[in-house]
Formats: sequence, structure tokens, C-alpha cells
Amino acid sequence: MLSQRARRKTGQWAKGFAVALTVIYTIFPYYWAINSSFKSGQQLFEVNLWPSLDLVHYRALMGDPDFIGSILNSVIVASSTTFIALALATFSAYALGRLEFAGKRAVLLAFLSVSMFPQVAVLSGMFELIRWLGLYNHVGSLVLAYLLFTLPFTIWVLTSFMREFPRELSEAAMMDGCSHWRTLTRIYLPLMGPALASTGLLAFIAAWNEFLFALTFILTDENRTIPVAIGLISGNSRYEFPFGPVMAASVIVTLPLIVLVLIFQRKIVSGLTAGAVKG
Amino acid sequence: MASVTLTGAQKRFGNVTVISGVDLQIADGEFVVFVGPSGCGKSTLLRMIAGLEDFSGGSLQIGGKHMEDVMASKRGVAMVFQSYALYPHMTVARNIGFALETNGMPRAEIARKTREVAELLKIGKLLDRKPRELSGGQRQRVAIGRALVRSPDVFLFDEPLSNLDADLRTEMRAEIARLHKELGVTMIYVTHDQVEAMTLADRIVVLREGRIEQVGTPAELYAHPANEFVASFIGSPRMNFAAAADVPGRGMGGAVKLGVRPEAILLSSSGLAATLERVEDLGHEQLIYVRLENGRLWTLRAAKDADVPQPGAPIFLDWPDAATYGFDAAGRAVQRSAA
Amino acid sequence: MSRVLARRERRAAWLFLAPAIVVLLLVAAWPLSKTFYLSLTDANFGNPDQYGFVGLRNYADVLDDRLWWKSLSNTLFFTVASVGIETVLGIAIALLLNQAIPGRGMLRASILIPWAIPVVVSAKIWEWMLHDQFGVINAVLIHLGVIERGLAWMAEPGLALWVIVFVDVWITTPFMVLLILAGLQMISKEVLEAAYVDGVPAWRRFISITLPLLRPSIGVAVLFRTLDALRMFDLSYVLGGNSQKTMTVSIYARNQLVSFQQMGLGSAASTWVFFLVALAAILLIGLLKLHKPAEG
Repeated sequence: MLSQRARRKTGQWAKGFAVALTVIYTIFPYYWAINSSFKSGQQLFEVNLWPSLDLVHYRALMGDPDFIGSILNSVIVASSTTFIALALATFSAYALGRLEFAGKRAVLLAFLSVSMFPQVAVLSGMFELIRWLGLYNHVGSLVLAYLLFTLPFTIWVLTSFMREFPRELSEAAMMDGCSHWRTLTRIYLPLMGPALASTGLLAFIAAWNEFLFALTFILTDENRTIPVAIGLISGNSRYEFPFGPVMAASVIVTLPLIVLVLIFQRKIVSGLTAGAVKG
Repeated sequence: MASVTLTGAQKRFGNVTVISGVDLQIADGEFVVFVGPSGCGKSTLLRMIAGLEDFSGGSLQIGGKHMEDVMASKRGVAMVFQSYALYPHMTVARNIGFALETNGMPRAEIARKTREVAELLKIGKLLDRKPRELSGGQRQRVAIGRALVRSPDVFLFDEPLSNLDADLRTEMRAEIARLHKELGVTMIYVTHDQVEAMTLADRIVVLREGRIEQVGTPAELYAHPANEFVASFIGSPRMNFAAAADVPGRGMGGAVKLGVRPEAILLSSSGLAATLERVEDLGHEQLIYVRLENGRLWTLRAAKDADVPQPGAPIFLDWPDAATYGFDAAGRAVQRSAA
Repeated sequence: MSRVLARRERRAAWLFLAPAIVVLLLVAAWPLSKTFYLSLTDANFGNPDQYGFVGLRNYADVLDDRLWWKSLSNTLFFTVASVGIETVLGIAIALLLNQAIPGRGMLRASILIPWAIPVVVSAKIWEWMLHDQFGVINAVLIHLGVIERGLAWMAEPGLALWVIVFVDVWITTPFMVLLILAGLQMISKEVLEAAYVDGVPAWRRFISITLPLLRPSIGVAVLFRTLDALRMFDLSYVLGGNSQKTMTVSIYARNQLVSFQQMGLGSAASTWVFFLVALAAILLIGLLKLHKPAEG
């Protein structure tokens, strides 16, 4: 029979071990990508835990106008999508979270069901729309298409944030003579900073990572976004393994995201769960 | 400054009637308190006057002008909310001046008025702080300041003291009474606390289930409750009741139920028989709980140094005839026949 | 009768909603109807403006294609396996994170990394790690003596789909963990302490208190993840290419649309995917009783 204290101690050890194992499981693949990105030539094919810090792949990528262009395209697409989605979602969230009107539930449900659409189900229709707007093979097509999944999601999350504010704020503003527009812009918007930051970051990541639309609506290399560019990197011959450059590219496009995510850790978690748990 | 008149005021939420036909006249400069149990519609009625709720029927006049279709900010009313509803991202000064800012008043003018109001409320030193840096009492003052700065004709208070602890509550009660005296402005005040109602009001409006049960000065309500509900609601500890048949010799014409206030009852050697159950010593007085023969629990008050028998002791209760209230089968007060 | 406030509020609400509604009509409702419309035609990607109506023939043609059924069974297998494993793993890690243990902050941060990495990048990283000759996983397994020669993971018929499942579990378990952890933190400590004082053993506390109270959080997480898994495209596309071993219904539909230029047939396949996801959503919402709040 183990004493209570000894049992607790083994329990702590077991938990510590489980934590360590989980951390390794989640981090190791990314570490391995970083490790491989610093290896060139023959080194790449040796299993070596410590990197050699060879920057050859990074230099090559930085000199590749298509790669730099893809990063730029991704930044443009993801930030435009995020900005538009946040703006429209803020208006909608005010209506859905603060105002009373018949049909509110139906509207909320409609938005929610849009977020469940499989992307492939709108692919041919979206293709028609984009051709009709003259946006085929243009990054603008992606900004438009990405609103399909960023907008319902941002509306949903911002609405649940909006509901957290005391209703009396609206009433005080009303007594003070504010129109709905002024109530939103002068009272709620300044208070929504943290909510906008976390929701925006989630939308940005979703847009940054999208693959299917980007693969389908963009035809030429110079207009591609980063995920497609990485997905399509290939060696000069089928016997060449482009994993060095691919890993370097992966590190470059992922590092900023990871840094942002770690900085905004708490806010992201509240954003991810705001819609789901309370909604 | 203005009078307030409600005529047949009604409010329905879907099928639920919250306010059913309230008629009320409030004179210019009067301090009126709405009291009633929770759910009686007192806050709804206040919010209708404020312009935060539509009228489902009836009308509202402020200063003789119809207001039921006028926007809240144009009614000449200001409101202090239960939770204060201060804007968290604005300083105290901006919180107070925001209504004026919204109205497009010049900045210098806003600053002057804000300072004036802050001095009156003794929060002049706090103008640069944010609401989260203030104590409960200070927030309360800012909330009042925000209402005050608009120089409203009518002040509305929605349970403004319920978030404060007992000491501050007394202090702010005095403060609000002082403001009413200095400004002479019409005030309507909602509370569920009858001490606030009795101490602040010129007149009290007792509401139940969306109807007015009685309107009168605190003294009138205490001395002459119109019905059983008001009798039991006003006064603490509440009035003791018993069926008229159970209290021999105290009957009143037409009364099926009798009531006696705890402070009117004396321990005596004869009278209504009861058993002493429990004594609570509050320090400044004692509350005595007794069980009548029919099982009802009554309360009476005794002086702090009064000689009270032990629990379990048989006792007799006596009170002056004039302290007996009678109620008919519908709960209406029965007039004491003029002797 | 006056309804000034209500009227003003209603008008404002629709004005504030208008931009989002217009955008969603444009990018969701219209394309979806257009896809449905095209599914009834023989339209071709190369020349999308000339087509004739063929009724429901495209739908029948999809159902006649053995590859469609293969994709469907792949998709269902992938969904059940990955969501199942993620749920169990998610609950375990969430429970771990909910305790005061050393390294908790580290774990909480590290769990976000797989989630933040683009799926394409994750796919590439795992493709590299699973490489038959130079992959680190084969190297480790050989070193440990588990296998003698490096496995070609994606080429083995029995393994390829499991690899996709495994990588998906790595990518999306964090999402599960975060949702379930949020649910855990809403459970009042006092309830569990009361049970502890009453001498209820730990596993019983978990089964009869924690788990039932977690039901809504787990339900929502399972719903989101299932709908995501059913429409999965990028992971399989990058890791498996056009291999039939790992083809999902989304890849099948896109192939018909883009690679084979069959807009009509592809749209019909897309519409089948839509119905599949919609059906799953309805079933899950009913099954998990998500519309009812949890007790307590």
C-alpha cells in the first residue's frame, strides 16, 4: 500500500511525463521542418537532430520573385479579407447582439448554415461569378471567395462578444442622445478592440491557409498564394527531392503566424471558444 | 422642470401584460417612489417614461406635452441606471460630458458644465480617471453627474443604490435627498427597498402585477393602507394577519381578515393566547416570534431592555382597538366605523 | 399605440445587416444555386456558356461511378477515424491542461502550433518525415528495430488512409482541446469537490460528473470537426495526390469539374457533397441534442 504522499508523487511524475510527451508530439514536426530547412545537398538525407545552419535554401527563396510574390499575394488577400469581414461583421454583430427585431434567429441560423457549406459545393457557381466579375486569375477573386467562410464565422464570434456587454450601455447611450450608428462607433467599437484582434487573427489565419479556391481560381504562378505555391514546389526532375526548399518556405510562411498566435494566445482561445461554447 | 402624467399606460411583451392601465399624476418638483415586489412592473414603467420602452397603449405627458412617441433624449429626462452603465473606455469627465458632446455643444462649454456638476457631487478630483479606477460610491456619483449635466426636467432612478453596501447606501440616500432639495427637480425613483421609499418619497406608488395598488405619502400608506397587499408590503417587520374568526372580540363590520402591526402589540396578562417561540435580540430592540393557537406565526417588537419570558412560555397579546386593520374577502381595507 | 422604438430598432437592424447579407447572397447563395443549376446541365468548363439540360442524369452518373463510391468510403472512414481519435485525445489533453502541473503553460502554447500551421505546410512536413528513404520516422523505427526496411507509407494500400488520419489528428486535435478545455473550465469546482469529499473515486467523478457536464462542449467540437472532415480537400490532395487510395469526395468533385472539365457532372458531385454534409449536420445536431442546454 502506497502512502497518500507517495501516490501523489508518482501521479505528478506520470502527469509530467504525459505533458512532455504531448509537447514533443506537437512541436517535433515543426522543429524537424526547421532543422531540415538548414540542410543542403547530402546533409538533408542524413537523420541528424541538430541543424547545420546552412542558409542556402533561404537565399534561393529570397531570390525567387515568384515566391516573394506569393507571400505578397497572401498578405494582400488575407488582410483584405480580414478587414472586410471584420467591418461587415461588426455591423451585423451590433444588429444581432444588441437590437431586437423579428427574424433575428432565422438570420443567425442562416449565417451559421453558410459556415457549414462545403467549399466544393459552391466551386462551379463561384467560378462563374468570378469569371463574370472579370476576376479570374486575379487575387481579388480570392478576397471575394474567402468572405464565404470568414464572414459567417466573424459574425458569429463578434455577436457572442457583443452580447457580453451590459445592455444598459446601449440604454445610457440612447438617453445621451446617440443614434445607433453613434452608439456602435463611439461606445461599442472602442470596447471591442480585444474581440476584433482575436477574431481578426482567426480570420486572417483561415484566409492565409486556404487552398482549394486558391488552387482553382488562380492560373499563373505570379498570382498564386503561399499555400498553393508551396504545394506546387517541385524539383527540376522527378529524381530531385525539393524538400529542403519546401521546408525553408514552410518555415518562412509559418513563423510569423506562430509568433502572432503565441503572443495573442489567450485572446485566440477566447475567440475560438466564444462562438462555440456560449453560442 | 415639469409635471409627469401617465394616462392608461399599458405595456405588453407578446401575450404578457406587464403594465395594465396605469393612471398617475406627478407634480412638478415632486419626489415619487415606485415600490413593489420584483416583477410588479415598476422598472418597466420607469423605462416607459424614460423612452427605453414603447407604450403598448395609453399616453405620457411631460410638462403638458405628449411624449410617448418622442425619442428618449428629447424628453427632457435623465436616468441613473442600477449598474451605473458608465462608459468603461471614457474618463469620468467624458462620461459626464458625452451627452453634451453628442448634442454638439462647444468644448469649452462642456468642460465648464462638467466641472460644475463634478463640484456639486464632490468628484472634481476624479475627472481624469476611468470608471474601473473608482469605488462603487464614486461610480454612483458619476452616474448621477451624467444625468445632472443635461439639466433634465425629470430625473429617473432605477434602483440606484442596490449595488452599494449598507453604509454607502445611507450616505447616497442623503445625497440624493439633498440634490432634490437643492435642484427642486421632479424625481421618479424605483426601489424594492421600503426604507428608501419611506425616507425619500414625497409620495409612494405601490405597484403589483402591473397595476397601482395605492398612491400616497409614506405616512398615509403606513397608517391607512388601501388593502391587504399594501398593508403587508409597507412596514418592517410586516403586519401580522389572522382570520377574523380566530381573533375573538376584535371583529370589524364586514372584515374577514384582521391585521395588526408588530409595534402595536404588547405582551399582556390577558388577550389573544399564544406561545412564545423565539426571541431575536437586535441590540437596539428585540423581535419576538409567537405562535397563535391556530398555528400562525406573529411578530412583535419589544424594547431592548424589556423583560421577555422564556421560549415555550404561554403568553397573551393585547393591542389598542385603533391598531386593528380589517380587510374584506377581496382584501380591501374595511373602514373603522367612526366611533 | 406607439411603436416608435421598435420600428426604429428594426429599421436600424436591417440596415446594419444589409452589407453582410448582400455579400453572402453573392458569395454563398448565388454560387450554390448556380452549382445546383449547372448540375442539371451538360455544361463544360472550357465553354461554360453553351449547354443543354439533362435532368438528373449527372446525379445518376455520379452514383454509377465506382470511384465516387471509393471516395465516399474513404471520406467516411477518414471522418469516423480521425474525429474519434481526436475526441479521445482531445479530452485527455484537455484534462491534463486543466490541472496544476509543471509545464502547463508550455503545453498550452505548443498545442497551438499544429493548429496555426497551414494544412498544406503540415502535409509537406509530414510527407517529408514519412519519406520512404530519408524520412525521420522510418529512421527512428529502423533504429528501434521495429522495421527492417523503410516503409513507403503513402504507397501501402492499407496504410495510406491511416497516414492521412494520423496527420489530421495532429493538425486538429488542438481545436478539440481548446473547445473541451473551455467546457471544463465552466464546470464548477465545488461540484467535483463535493463528490471528492463524499469519497467518490476519481474515475467515477469523471464518468458521472465531468463527462455529462462536458457533453455540450464535446458535442459542438465533434459537430464542427465532423463537418470539416467530410469536406476535407487539401490534406489528401497534397499528401495523396490523385491516388484513389486516399481520394475524398471533395477531391473527386473538383477533379470532375477542373481536371475533366465536366462542369455538369462535377456540379452534381459537388451537390452530393453538399447533401452529405447537410445530412451529417442535421443528424449530429439531433443526436447530440445540441439545441438543448446542459443541465446544471
